[in-house]
Amino acid sequence: MHPAFSVIFLTTLIGTGQGLFVALYAAEVLAAVGLLPVQERGVYAVGSLVVALFLVGGLIASFFHLGHPERAWRSAARWRTSWLSREVIVLPITIAAALTYGAVHHFGWNLGNFSRVSPVGGDLSLIVGAFGMLATFTLFVSTGMIYACIKFLQEWASPLTVINYTLLGLASGFIFASAYVAYVAPALLAFCAIAAIWLVLLGLITRSASLIRNARIKSKSSLQTAIGVRHTRISQTTQGFMGGSFNTREFFHGAPGWMFRSIKWIFLALAFVVPLVLLSFGLKERSTTLLVQAFIVHYLGLIAERWFFFAQANHPQNLYYQAID
Amino acid sequence: MTQLALIIDLNVCVGCHACVTSCKEWNTSGPAGFMSDDNPYAADPTGTFFNRVQTFEVGTYPDTATVHFPKSCLHCEEPPCVPVCPTGASYKREEDGIVLVDYDKCIGCKYCSWACPYGVREIDEHQKVMKKCTLCVDRIYDATLPETERKPACVLACPTSARLFGDVHDSESVVSRAIRDEGGYALMPEWGTRPANHYLPRRRTEIKIHKDELIRADNPLKRETERPEGPVTEQTLDDVTSW
Ligand code: SF4
Ligand code: SF4
Ligand code: SF4
Repeated sequence: MHPAFSVIFLTTLIGTGQGLFVALYAAEVLAAVGLLPVQERGVYAVGSLVVALFLVGGLIASFFHLGHPERAWRSAARWRTSWLSREVIVLPITIAAALTYGAVHHFGWNLGNFSRVSPVGGDLSLIVGAFGMLATFTLFVSTGMIYACIKFLQEWASPLTVINYTLLGLASGFIFASAYVAYVAPALLAFCAIAAIWLVLLGLITRSASLIRNARIKSKSSLQTAIGVRHTRISQTTQGFMGGSFNTREFFHGAPGWMFRSIKWIFLALAFVVPLVLLSFGLKERSTTLLVQAFIVHYLGLIAERWFFFAQANHPQNLYYQAID
Repeated sequence: MTQLALIIDLNVCVGCHACVTSCKEWNTSGPAGFMSDDNPYAADPTGTFFNRVQTFEVGTYPDTATVHFPKSCLHCEEPPCVPVCPTGASYKREEDGIVLVDYDKCIGCKYCSWACPYGVREIDEHQKVMKKCTLCVDRIYDATLPETERKPACVLACPTSARLFGDVHDSESVVSRAIRDEGGYALMPEWGTRPANHYLPRRRTEIKIHKDELIRADNPLKRETERPEGPVTEQTLDDVTSW
């Protein structure tokens, strides 16, 4: 498939935003039960604003993918059958949840209904945050399923797609959170950075698993099934036109072989190995610079990872577009 | 239930592209608006088509067969392109099984084209909506046309009658008979899309006749014996006319 930068930025930006939200809420819950030191409410308020900015950034990027962005509202119509429609609904809900969560912290709103008011200052934020978590994970699943549900894109049609979207989103969010708390709440640094290291490691394992799986995929379709002729030697003499068409542009990545192959190693290094080193040293030295660098390198790696994710998927329609004459 | 479809006979298709041009001509002048082209007469031409004719070579020289292969939307009975559409712009009509795109609802997200294994949906680069074969829905029900012309433009244009049109759910229709009698098959059956359009395979027709059947043994009037050679000295008709 042809990697579209609008979709690359959409998926990586919202992934980071979602991961950051999970990091903030996890820190609050752990503080509520006394496992982490309590922070000022501003830490959560500013953090959720950043979450919303990431999500809105992704939303804006997604509009560049549409031919008719002004009709985008229509895409909420088919949530019963379409994962894309579900994503379109859940994304604004997640943004709203993050903003509400931030506002609850900023204004110190509280229900006061529970006998045990959490040490972080209120029960309302825990409830709103829980709702936000639900939205966040629904969003992860929706995003992953958009790709995983197309069964003849065999590279994508696997639970690993959803797992990778979730783990890589969480990892990038936690790396960002590490850099963020290193500035504003150093007491949370160990929690965020160690969680980030684990998530990057897990992501490396599951992403490698999908790379191994994809390397062994045996395509179910062939020229034989595509045109229904039973012969071992079939080749296309012409695809029916001399120039390009939507079919030759949208479904081929068009990059030279050496570039395609090197991107895999580049993203494995940038998204996983280098951030692991930088995170470990950043945690050890308590160096904000290293953590910021870890996030930047990781995010660049994620862009390469997403590029490769699209480029690697081999659409069966490509069988019909092999030769120009 | 009705399921309209095209049957494409690969045995007689000569790859002339008459269906491609007639489809484009009919649909670009249709009520849904033009089908855009870019650089039609310059380098790197590109454009939107509902129908393409491709050519494949089967076998190794000198033992090869050339297969001309027209390809348009197959109006699948389980169309994977429909449920993925977030707006409902892509839909399958209940009454006749035609898969259509509502150009006023389509947001141009291209997701349906990813979800079609056959690569028959093409985005219109200027109108920014997804387009595909409509089975000439604006022709086949047009009561102002004579009955014989209420057929898709490509079917009428085909000089070898390689394209048949009809209801594949009616077991006595021309198309159902063709599928049954001529070995009609569906493309990429492995994805469970159940295409309504079918293809008839290349087939070799051989007369199975024995030598002794060439001359009738029972021929009392000798009508079919070889005629005597005429006198070659005289002029014959062949010498005085040029055909
Ligand atoms: S051929 Fe493709 S576009 Fe047409 S109905 Fe089937 S899946 Fe949909
Ligand atoms: S491109 Fe149009 S028809 Fe296709 S899925 Fe998107 S909105 Fe639906
Ligand atoms: S049925 Fe109509 S729209 Fe479809 S390929 Fe034929 S001429 Fe084109």
